[in-house]
Amino acid sequence: MYGGGYIPPEEQGKKIPVDQEDPIKLKEFEDRIERGEKIEPHDWMPYEYRRQLIRMIEQHAHSEIIGSLPEGTWITRSPNFKRKLALIAKVQDEIGHGQLLYSAAETLGKPREQMISDLINGKSKYSNVFNYPAKTWADVAVIGFLIDGAAIVNQLINSKGSYGPYCRALERICYEESFHLKQGHDNLVALATGTPMQRDMLQDAINRWYKPLIHFFGPPDTSSVHSDKLMKWKVKLASNDDMRNQFLDQYVPKIRELGIDFPDPNLRKNPETKSWEFSDPDWDEFYRVIKGDGPCNEERLDVRRWADEHGKWVRDALFNPSEKYRIPLA
Amino acid sequence: MSNESLDPRVQRLDLHREENDYQTTFQWITFEVFHQQKRGKQPTHVGIVHAPSPDLALVFAKEQYGRRGITSNIWVVKSSDVYMFPQEDEDMFSTIPDKQFREPGAYKVRDKINAYKERQG
Repeated sequence: MYGGGYIPPEEQGKKIPVDQEDPIKLKEFEDRIERGEKIEPHDWMPYEYRRQLIRMIEQHAHSEIIGSLPEGTWITRSPNFKRKLALIAKVQDEIGHGQLLYSAAETLGKPREQMISDLINGKSKYSNVFNYPAKTWADVAVIGFLIDGAAIVNQLINSKGSYGPYCRALERICYEESFHLKQGHDNLVALATGTPMQRDMLQDAINRWYKPLIHFFGPPDTSSVHSDKLMKWKVKLASNDDMRNQFLDQYVPKIRELGIDFPDPNLRKNPETKSWEFSDPDWDEFYRVIKGDGPCNEERLDVRRWADEHGKWVRDALFNPSEKYRIPLA
Repeated sequence: MSNESLDPRVQRLDLHREENDYQTTFQWITFEVFHQQKRGKQPTHVGIVHAPSPDLALVFAKEQYGRRGITSNIWVVKSSDVYMFPQEDEDMFSTIPDKQFREPGAYKVRDKINAYKERQG
């Protein structure tokens, strides 16, 4: 009775368009968000709010788990012991973040195992950047500094959202990510201030990650379908272009001060519009990779599935059939 | 099946892909986790872990919630053992802040004492 089944029975498995929700409850709900109150798992919420949040938090969780794979492959090949310790700690953190986010998504009524199955079967998505390979050690530096930097921009904004469990998970995540960013910067600066070969390796990695980084925040506002509803409900708090601008504002100078640049002669901040301009980053490629046709999509899911299959006997051995699973409380 | 990964470890895995729908196994028990920073401080609810037993819940909670800063102890409680009021009954607490007679600030005697002293001359 307590804590289980937050989706009221009459709502389960039903798709309710927003205009068919109970108008009084909907008004109360929207007023609470307007006042800056958080929505908690036991509260009434519109079907569409729940659906969008599950989709968003689940994708975020998958991104943490899959995102640790390209970096994880470099643990055994770290250039020295200090970098290796930092990388192990970072990868462990990312897996922990995945767990925290799965917990938050679960409070909305979708069981964690279902999310993992959907990931492995390719039914749910994760961030597109992780479908690109980490070819050299410099890729680890670029991921640790720029990809994590982009993720932090996104996560800090989302932590001001309306759903309590997601905000709490994000606050904790942002706290730990600050170490990821610092160690990534340290790693990147070491290469940038190192030998000519190290600088070349870094430039090469930046050249390869440039497009995925521009893709990171999604298509431009002019072509992306984003609902005012989601903004009003504080599910989405900033537009794709706003977040991308914020990221470029913060990070382009930090790369350029090292005498390294992005492989785009048109990348510049327009002094009048105050927003960044860049060459067309090939949005078709973005959509192709989302649909599964990226350089590493198959490998990522295969590795995730391999891990799940090979851990099964441990989970089976520990399973106690007399105990029942329950949705988390908060 | 051979794969063309750049990662030597992935190259060594026996990756195979079947077309059927993959289902991972059952869920474990959900435990609510309480973190105590120092002896003498209140343990605070920090989140949950999934585990097959309380012992393993403690191990996972240590990994998940004791990763940074100071920790004195961690408690885990099965979510199903936590009882709470229905959220819609929240209003039963709403008159409490009005009950000023329970607060020390509601009792102001100094004025009366001063007046009494004045009357006494």
